[in-house]
Amino acid sequence: MSISLDEITLVHPNGTRALHGVNLDVGAGERVAVIGPSGAGKTTLLRLLATALRPTSGALKVLGGDPWQLDRGALRRLRARIGMVHQAPPIPPRQRVVTAVLAGRLGRWPLWKGLASLLYPVDIAGAHGMLARMQIADKLFERCDRLSGGQLQRVGVARVLYQQPGLILTDEPVSAVDPALSDHVIGELSREAIARGVTLVASLHAVDLALHWFPRIVGVKAGEIVFDLPPVRITDEMLRELYASESAVVPTQANEPLSMPARGIRRKPLCS
Amino acid sequence: MHPARDPAALPRFALTAVIVLLLWPGFRLTEFDLGVLFDPRNRDVMGKFLGTFFPPALSVDFLRLILKSTLETLAIATAGMTIAMAIAFPLSLLVTRSLSISRIGPGPGRWSGRAARVPARITLTFFRSIPEIVWALLFVRAVGLGPAAGVLAIGITYGGMLGKVYSEIFESGDTRPAVALLETGGGRLAAFCYGMWPVALPELVSYTVYRWECAVRASVIMGFVGAGGLGQQMELSMRMLSGGEVSTILLVFLLLVALADAVSAWLRKVTA
Amino acid sequence: MRRSHALVVILLLLAAWASFAYLALDFGQLFSVEAGSQMLKYVVSFFPPDISVDYLAQAWRGTLETIAISAIGTLLAAALGLVLALPASGRFGVVPRMIARLTLNFLRSIPELVWAALMVFAAGLGPFAGTLALALHTTGVIGRLFAETLENTPPEPAHALRFSGSRPALAFFYGTLPGVVPQFVAYSLYRWEINIRMAAILGFVGAGGLGQMLYMSLSLFQQPQAMTIILAMLGLVALVDAASAWLRQHLVD
Repeated sequence: MSISLDEITLVHPNGTRALHGVNLDVGAGERVAVIGPSGAGKTTLLRLLATALRPTSGALKVLGGDPWQLDRGALRRLRARIGMVHQAPPIPPRQRVVTAVLAGRLGRWPLWKGLASLLYPVDIAGAHGMLARMQIADKLFERCDRLSGGQLQRVGVARVLYQQPGLILTDEPVSAVDPALSDHVIGELSREAIARGVTLVASLHAVDLALHWFPRIVGVKAGEIVFDLPPVRITDEMLRELYASESAVVPTQANEPLSMPARGIRRKPLCS
Repeated sequence: MHPARDPAALPRFALTAVIVLLLWPGFRLTEFDLGVLFDPRNRDVMGKFLGTFFPPALSVDFLRLILKSTLETLAIATAGMTIAMAIAFPLSLLVTRSLSISRIGPGPGRWSGRAARVPARITLTFFRSIPEIVWALLFVRAVGLGPAAGVLAIGITYGGMLGKVYSEIFESGDTRPAVALLETGGGRLAAFCYGMWPVALPELVSYTVYRWECAVRASVIMGFVGAGGLGQQMELSMRMLSGGEVSTILLVFLLLVALADAVSAWLRKVTA
Repeated sequence: MRRSHALVVILLLLAAWASFAYLALDFGQLFSVEAGSQMLKYVVSFFPPDISVDYLAQAWRGTLETIAISAIGTLLAAALGLVLALPASGRFGVVPRMIARLTLNFLRSIPELVWAALMVFAAGLGPFAGTLALALHTTGVIGRLFAETLENTPPEPAHALRFSGSRPALAFFYGTLPGVVPQFVAYSLYRWEINIRMAAILGFVGAGGLGQMLYMSLSLFQQPQAMTIILAMLGLVALVDAASAWLRQHLVD
């Protein structure tokens, strides 16, 4: 079991209840998409899995153990195996892309290597490879504040790919990327998870991307999981109800109506 | 195929090399030698000196002397600022272009206007370019030890600074009322009193009060070269290696600076 | 004019009058004819300045020494200031923060000249004392600014790195430092500019550079030499003003 949540509740310090009675089991190598309206608790759930937030109650196991029972060294090693792609990549503006990508392995590198890489990048080829998969290899030595929002998001994904974690978490990783490219990025993440047999949990705003690439969809609303099904079993009724509080239409990457054949969802088979 | 080299490496290296190359003679010129600090003779003197710092000298006689010196410092600063304002006002008015009648049009008298403005500007620049402590030293040689040298030094240096800033304040405020008065044939004096003065007053007061605070500090510093006040006392105590007296004076100095800061804040609040 | 304004004006006028009265300056004697002519004689003795090749070379060396004092002093201050800024920004807890802030405040409250006089005891006469004095005082100033910059910089980049397993030191170098380096460098250069002016003066208490030369020549009543030094000081300040204006124009990228 890669991830195990048992009756997890999380209440923020200011009193808002972000997650309530969440039960979720994800096996190693599974690919799960998390969808739901804004404020539903998707980000909180991901941050919980990333060990950035502590549950208020309930049992949590990530990559085999309860992270909050570990000592500092063990927790750091655990975190090095978890990679999180943020919606707004937390990269200092003037940092160059190559340094930002290489920072993915800081959890594994000894101190001297990390410092040396600041003077001269120790693995230009590696960084270049990851950026090529994101189709921005030409920006290798560019400053991050000279990139567009979508390009910066792809740098964030490249960093996590470079990290080679055992658990990949992504929080709306392509919200600023155009539809064609975002399809490619999610595809790359899925291919990575399949190729290395690692777990992928992706929170997505665009439902079509989720339905297209993920064999398991978890719908979150108001801090609770409302469904946990493969795409074929999800009806447009369920989707509309999920997003009812937010809008009349179900969100997609290209902002076009979600095209759904009568019985279920169109699903392109993955030829990894 | 990935780029073989980091393009920023060479310029960075070159810049670092240049800086290091320039630093080497720098260290030589400053006779940088940390060993000197640990030289037994210096350590002896310094150690003995430092040893006498505690406890600070608190005899009634000494405190009375220090109180007198502190009042003297305050008097030097205030008297100096008065002279500075007396110098700055007329010169800044001469320099201000917004009061120039010849600029309206332009009308006659442009050259005589300039003939008055340029020397005034040069005088102000000359006054403030030479550090006040140099002025103090010169005045000490010319009029003898004591507060007179300090008052004159502050008067001249700060006169130059105030003059420049006053003219900038006059020129940057809303100049329309003044210009309007000039255009309708009013004299410069009337234009100033009714057009410019009300607009500029708050800023003038604010800057002058800030400068007074600096003058208090400067008066202490100038005392080191014999211009009276707290600084002269500190220099005497240091020469006699009475650490206790020096630490008392330092404490009084810190209190004085805090007091000047409070007075300045109050004045600026009251005249806002 | 408001009542309160009028009161304040009266207070200020009283303060000014009281100051002159307290100092008991004998303006009559100060501005008397004989004092005036003495002063005139003194001023005239400064001209012409000594421009012999020999002395110009000495003045040149003094200028270089002054620049070196300011450069090394500021460099040391930037390094020390950064080191002290880390605890002062609260990274290591409340107590280290208090201690670091107290240290920085102490360093910067004591004026450079006083530090210079003290350092002359520790390191002897000469430029080393001046360098140390500038370093100590400027550390206080720069350290406090660095600490505030560090406190205000966004913590997200470093946090994200910590949550992907990075050790705190590397998270600082990759996540926090890049965001603050431009400000650090700009402020250090600004401080260097100020310190050049300071370095010229510190020599008055024996801390080397042009200041020491000026003090000595004035004490030995060598006015022409003193004038040369004053001109050198003015030249140095003008040069620095021009250089920094040029740099500011060309570094706006």
